[in-house]
Amino acid sequence: MRFGVVVFPGSNCDQDCFYVIKEVLNEPVRYIWHKEKELKDLDCIILPGGFSYGDYLRAGSIARFSPVMNALVDFARRGGLIIGICNGFQILLEVGLLPGAMLRNKSIHFICKYVYLRVENTQTPFTSLFREGQVVRIPIAHNEGNYYIEDEKLPLLYNNKQVVFRYSDREGRLKDEFNPNGAKDFIAGIVNKEANVLGMMPHPERSSEKILGSEDGLLIFKSIVNWHKKR
Amino acid sequence: MLEVEVYISLKKTVADPQGLAVKHALESLGYSEVKDVRVGKLIYLRLDLADRKVAEERIEQMCKKLLANPIIEDFKFKLITS
Repeated sequence: MRFGVVVFPGSNCDQDCFYVIKEVLNEPVRYIWHKEKELKDLDCIILPGGFSYGDYLRAGSIARFSPVMNALVDFARRGGLIIGICNGFQILLEVGLLPGAMLRNKSIHFICKYVYLRVENTQTPFTSLFREGQVVRIPIAHNEGNYYIEDEKLPLLYNNKQVVFRYSDREGRLKDEFNPNGAKDFIAGIVNKEANVLGMMPHPERSSEKILGSEDGLLIFKSIVNWHKKR
Repeated sequence: MLEVEVYISLKKTVADPQGLAVKHALESLGYSEVKDVRVGKLIYLRLDLADRKVAEERIEQMCKKLLANPIIEDFKFKLITS
């Protein structure tokens, strides 16, 4: 299975993602410079975290017009797997592959810490190896992770089974004090209707080895490979 | 040449944590009359256009495509002839 990691000017989690895929997951991976226009050799594309284009105007709003993005949208329409992490999630929202938008954290602080997530949907390529309701520990590091969607569109997200991760306590209970950024309905990660595009604020690439304190994030990458092999 | 001021603000229905923090700061300075603060953006543009009508249409497009995110933000703009 061939992975690609997009590099925008200002990406800063690209090497972490590359390292995890190559050295921990042991799958082939290459970088995709943001000016590339062909992505046909790949099965899964990672939009990494960082501050693409300095987060100018709005996080992800300039990256969304990068040359690579047309090819990326095509790739998604053809059913290719895309995972946007942190800034990558923000870019997927701006380009319209996922619904909603990001607001500044409720506390107006940059938050960098481990959080607990409850897995809400195991029927996606990204979560096929999780148990329904499983609680995982994956860190966040962002300033704009306060997920917003219009109230009237929220039920549709649930009806379509698009909500994949929600912030919780370690027992999986949803409580305001465990919602780090004020995200609507504790939402930390969602997929598109077809479930081939995932956006999530927490960083699985930072929690893919025991030495880093958690390897729960690796299960996402393993799920992707598992799903791909079964096709 | 047309000069344009584009104002971008969070929609009324969207919470503005930044505005709230500024409100608290103003309160702590003694400005207790401040009941609401919302922080937005002001963007200046200079357009090589003479036709105001054309300019208005183009700016509207710019706002919808890039300058504002219609899910969370409202925009308005003002033309200033220089």
